[in-house]
Amino acid sequence: MEKKELKTPLLDELEKGPWPSFVREIKKSAEKNPMARDTLGQLERSYEDRISHWKHGGLVGVMGYGGGVIGRYSDLPEEFPEVAAFHTYRVNQPSGWFYTSEALRTICDIWEKHGSGLTNMHGSTGDIILLGSKTEALEPCFADLTEAGWDLGGSGSDVRTPSCCVGPARCEWACYDTLEACYDITQSYQDELHRPMFPYKYKFKFAGCPNDCVAAIARSDMSIIGTWKDAIQIDQEKVREYASDGVDIEAEVVDLCPTGCIAWDGQKITIDNSECVKCMHCINVMPKALAPGKERGATILIGAKAPIVGGALLSSVFVPFIEMKPPFEEIKELAEAIWDVWGEYGKNRERVGEFIQRVGLGNFLEEIGLEPVPEMIAHPRTNPYIFFDEELEEDEDEE
Amino acid sequence: MSDVTVEQVADAMYELVKATHGKKNLKAMDLTKAMIEKFGDAVDKKMCKLAIRQLIDGGRCIYSYFGGSYITLPSKEGEQG
Repeated sequence: MEKKELKTPLLDELEKGPWPSFVREIKKSAEKNPMARDTLGQLERSYEDRISHWKHGGLVGVMGYGGGVIGRYSDLPEEFPEVAAFHTYRVNQPSGWFYTSEALRTICDIWEKHGSGLTNMHGSTGDIILLGSKTEALEPCFADLTEAGWDLGGSGSDVRTPSCCVGPARCEWACYDTLEACYDITQSYQDELHRPMFPYKYKFKFAGCPNDCVAAIARSDMSIIGTWKDAIQIDQEKVREYASDGVDIEAEVVDLCPTGCIAWDGQKITIDNSECVKCMHCINVMPKALAPGKERGATILIGAKAPIVGGALLSSVFVPFIEMKPPFEEIKELAEAIWDVWGEYGKNRERVGEFIQRVGLGNFLEEIGLEPVPEMIAHPRTNPYIFFDEELEEDEDEE
Repeated sequence: MSDVTVEQVADAMYELVKATHGKKNLKAMDLTKAMIEKFGDAVDKKMCKLAIRQLIDGGRCIYSYFGGSYITLPSKEGEQG
């Protein structure tokens, strides 16, 4: 039977211009895959009607897993039967998103065999997203992925697929081995990743330095961000080279240092490292002259989230500095203590950061057994949630 | 700890999921809290985790997603809670 011509005038607008177009790519897939063709048809209808025609959630998955498959259905199944069921897989990406072309070809071959052929590389958590599987294809596709060495990632109220920056594999600023830490945590928490047991999602992100290329501080419930304790390494000869090559060190480095801890006398720079907040600005401007110190580790921050239910939160410092050595026991102990308290008292769909805001940082720290430290407070003596015993005693004495 | 077995906890969880089916969706922690209330010190969170694993791997219950992840009876595909 000859296929009816599919007209998509609204989507066609998104092919105009010199930039890549997802519409153009779906059209290419639609030439050989009927699911991709009906995706275009339904999407055009959504643009016409100005509403989504997808329904989300329900009772689909693969045996034994509570995450990794997101149920999706069309509310126009008669009109677009090929996408009546259009489930999404989240496939756990390798640490740092390093692939061989063979690995990518394998994934694509599996996906063309079982699904729509459409992918999203990558989702905001970091997974490889395979878009559009019929229900009956879920288990066979999962079997093929498993056979090829892939596993599903997280979804729902579980540990989401941990992700990390490229770390020491490609970056000299990495203050710890993000790839190793991410892999270790992923393997250690397979149960928490595949079997939802929390009030809501819990994300780990590993950034090798404060540049935070994985946006850990903005997105993850537990951000592990590389830092250093000692002095920034300086090569004064290279600093002078930057100056002679036209970098205005006074204007572009000194004046933009957030704590004003850098001085430049035209020959050498000096840094008051006790005032440095590790913002990375000076290092980013003069990467050949400056580098993070040698005593390296990470800061653990807790409680970020993107704005879904409530507003956005950035994560806050909980552990100012730890050495990052396998088996990463401090990270695991802290994560498990948090899960214990949040798991018991958290409300449905309440992220850890929101939970902390609700119960108060002081109460939360007490419950997880962590001592308050000055680094947790943005402005000294302005945080109403933490009371130091000595201050309370002093107040009582004054009364 | 007394001699309550993982199987007994799994059975009690299953009965609870069955009794609330169609009325209330239960999360893993809801089941855990209910079991600790029912069996007292004879069970802990670790044991409840094993019991849930047994329920899911044995196919008596499944995970579902209705705006959050819940443990439910195997039901008709596409059902929205």
